[in-house]
Amino acid sequence: MENKDQDPESKPGKTISRRSFIRGAGLSTASSVLMTSNAFALEYKEPLVTGKEFGPDAITIKMKVNGITKSLSVEPRTTLASALRDHLELTGTKVVCDRGSCSACTVYLDGKPVNSCMMSAFDVGDKEITTIEGIAKNGELHPVQEAFIEHDASQCGYCTPGMVMSCVHLVDNNPNPNLEDVKNATRGNLCRCGTYPKVFKATLAAAKKTI
Amino acid sequence: MDTRKEKFPYGIPGHNLSEVEREIPVEEPPVWPINDKLKVIGKRVTRIDALEKVTGKAIYTSDIKLPGMLYAKILRSNVPHATISSIDISKAKSLPGVHAIHLIENTPKEGEENSTGKYPMVKYVGQPLAGVAAESLEIAKEAVSLIKVNYEKKPFVIDLEAAMELNAPIVFDAPITKQQDGGDVGETHDGSKGEGNVRGPSTSSFFGGPRGNLEEGFKEADVVVERTYRTQVHTHMPLETHGVVVDWNADVMTVYASTQNTAAVRNEMASVFNLPKSKVRVICEFMGGGFGAKHSAGSFGPMAANLAKKTGRPIWLMLDRQEEHLAEGNRPNSIQYLKIGAKKDGTLTGIQQRSHGTAGVGLGAGVGRIAQILYTCPNFATEQYDVLTNAGPGAAWRAPGNVQGAFGLEQAIDEIAEKLNLDPLSYRDHIDTSEVRKVERQRGAELFGWSRRKPAGSSKGIVKKGLGVGQSTWPRFVSLDSSVEIKIHKGGGVEIRSSVQDIGTGTKTILAQVVAEELGLQVKDIKVNIGDTFFPVGPGSGGSVVTGSITPPTRNAAFEAKTALLKLVAKKWETDSSELVMADGQVNHKTNTDLKMSFKEATKLMRTSQISKIASRSDDYGGFQQPWGLAYGDLGSVQFAEVSVNTDTGFVKVDRVVAAHSCGRPLNIGQLESQINGGVIQGVSYALYENRVMDNSTGHMMNANVDQYKVPFSMEIPEIETVIVEEYSGRSSTDAYGIGEPANIATAAAIANAVYNAIGVRLYEIPITPSSILKALSKVS
Repeated sequence: MENKDQDPESKPGKTISRRSFIRGAGLSTASSVLMTSNAFALEYKEPLVTGKEFGPDAITIKMKVNGITKSLSVEPRTTLASALRDHLELTGTKVVCDRGSCSACTVYLDGKPVNSCMMSAFDVGDKEITTIEGIAKNGELHPVQEAFIEHDASQCGYCTPGMVMSCVHLVDNNPNPNLEDVKNATRGNLCRCGTYPKVFKATLAAAKKTI
Repeated sequence: MDTRKEKFPYGIPGHNLSEVEREIPVEEPPVWPINDKLKVIGKRVTRIDALEKVTGKAIYTSDIKLPGMLYAKILRSNVPHATISSIDISKAKSLPGVHAIHLIENTPKEGEENSTGKYPMVKYVGQPLAGVAAESLEIAKEAVSLIKVNYEKKPFVIDLEAAMELNAPIVFDAPITKQQDGGDVGETHDGSKGEGNVRGPSTSSFFGGPRGNLEEGFKEADVVVERTYRTQVHTHMPLETHGVVVDWNADVMTVYASTQNTAAVRNEMASVFNLPKSKVRVICEFMGGGFGAKHSAGSFGPMAANLAKKTGRPIWLMLDRQEEHLAEGNRPNSIQYLKIGAKKDGTLTGIQQRSHGTAGVGLGAGVGRIAQILYTCPNFATEQYDVLTNAGPGAAWRAPGNVQGAFGLEQAIDEIAEKLNLDPLSYRDHIDTSEVRKVERQRGAELFGWSRRKPAGSSKGIVKKGLGVGQSTWPRFVSLDSSVEIKIHKGGGVEIRSSVQDIGTGTKTILAQVVAEELGLQVKDIKVNIGDTFFPVGPGSGGSVVTGSITPPTRNAAFEAKTALLKLVAKKWETDSSELVMADGQVNHKTNTDLKMSFKEATKLMRTSQISKIASRSDDYGGFQQPWGLAYGDLGSVQFAEVSVNTDTGFVKVDRVVAAHSCGRPLNIGQLESQINGGVIQGVSYALYENRVMDNSTGHMMNANVDQYKVPFSMEIPEIETVIVEEYSGRSSTDAYGIGEPANIATAAAIANAVYNAIGVRLYEIPITPSSILKALSKVS
């Protein structure tokens, strides 16, 4: 809850929200600690931002998204997911749990899947972001996207961008996956409509087509 | 009314297909043959909006961005029962970037002891109190945290059984009669009777009240099973939360809503703000899941509109994950006592049911009609009690009540079968008169390999395998207030318009299929514009009513539009329009093969820019009608589950499910499979994983998030195979029905029966966890 301290009996600061934790922990360490719940969590060897204090006000940063460098004004508390959705209007990336446990917000950071809701926009630095909008190239769908359509691998479709990101990453990096590989690749992706069987089927079919 | 007689396919192909003659209104389209003879219907047509979904281009309510839009956040109570003495918004108001704060005022409600206070009584943690509109969501959240609420706390009760005690803290002082969302579809739960927090009982459904004489029935019984079953509260957790974007200008209030019922949201908003329905436009193009919880504008809809009014700017108000768990619906829990008697030959002699459940501050925690109607039994009575607690209100969830009821009934029936030394599947042949379920049992059992089933507890080794079965019934509900417009544009182009929404079930696609089939076109030729209340009103997506309600008028409107177009062609060819047919994108003369014209050329004969026809759902052929819309016949299902139980760790894995279902004429096999998969997976989750964990000492939900609220992810998904039994009954121009509810009813019961078959000890409570397995095996105390 955002309104913890309205209860006279509750002690302010007794519970800390993730955002305040990010602020408190410092940007450089927060990302590596907090992203571990993703199967593909990146571990930073080096802090991305050192020796420089930002905030509390917004600053302008540059971010390379889907091959295009864009300028945007973000606050220290702005997550990558929010930067993409609210500042760059790339709303294909979905925020569902907002704490790194459903993978709906999966984007690639230099080609590797991360939970964009768990990453500060500042921390992106000069790494390149790929979102669901950048998966189809020159109007041509990725085989995984084609297979998702053919095998009916979306129902409400809200998990679909994250699912596609996980499955494209698998197929691009493992040309011959089996069912267990697909399950592993999507083990962080929540789908409440229960479309998993079709996601598995579609991804295996897509992998066959790419060989 | 002019009528004509026509013969319709009747029964199940490959089993008992025959014909039935129906007298139908003369304007109804001609009968469709069975699916084998159709081109688009019943086929694996790909979802027409899949491209947008896989590319991230689908715009959901939560994705809407409007010029000048502000973000809103709701302040919610963090105590479970209190009166509010004051709310201080001074700090929040002065935060830069905050544009407006709206406090929810007290309006006298039923059962509210605080009818004169300035603010509403707080009845549960998460109850909305106020809203803030600000330039960013972050600022709105910060402002909410700066609002100071002074509560005068009152005693509260969270636990179902604690609330049933006579000296328990009272949730509502006065009777309440309002039917809440959590109730069984078409039932009324009466909150005016009863004592303390216990309200009811509800003893009847639209299938009637008690029947026969239970006492006599149990006297006749040779075997009796008497058990108490328990099911948990769980929350819907749709991926897209509840919410709206409201754009209220001088002329029209436009509400982008993540909803299962655009028309209901329109009606609510029009009513709250005293606007004509013509000035409220609700739009839902893509919707991120609802499962029953999203039929209303809730409190967030009016809140967003009030903030829009105060600021003169569009307002984005989507709930966060925690709010979604706390305040926007759950499937109520249940404690069900069930007593079933049967004669030696298996004939049921009595079913007695008594249930208590809590939908928090709402009503509707019953266990449905399944014990009443699934099997032939002359003596039956049920008493279903609602228990009020200081927790978030329940909401409808896929076959409300009946999923809980099936968990009890289908286990008890298995126990009767075992006492009679009968196979549980063949025992159901004896007591179930449904022809559809008979075929589902046969075809399902064959695919599943039911003959592999061994006696309970005979599986060797640490990991024991078990097979189980469960059945369901769901009425063929139809909403007669279902209308659709078909437009054929001059020069080509066909459009479908209705307020009916596609919540991920594939409604857009089946409507396009119906029109394509009728007009002899391809699905890609049809543009589907639905989910907009500026179009004719369609049904809400609940109770599996959509397909049965909206596809017949869709076909009828397309047929009327086609007839109008064919008249123009007939005039040109100097023939009679009854001699013309539309197929493969062409208008053809039935006998003169020289006379042909493309659909596009034909539309150029139109004098106006479009032919537009609106049709509404007509009565079922044959005149069958139930009090709650039309509900002739049932949509039965039989589900088979195979489980592995590790008797060392208590870990249960559902390995495989075979789900045999019927929904009349199947329209789209791929989409049906997907929806059945979803119902089964939610059933697996209900049986084994998810559970709303409440802290009884504070009234807070302990796992109001995704990481601690356990649901199945990819690793827990069983292999699922579906059997779709085509069944024709000649009741409408499409003869098609939905699958949303039936897909979810029997799964938990089938799993519980399979767990029993594996370990030889029965579990009467879900979720079945490693701890409950080890307790059942007496490995832990």
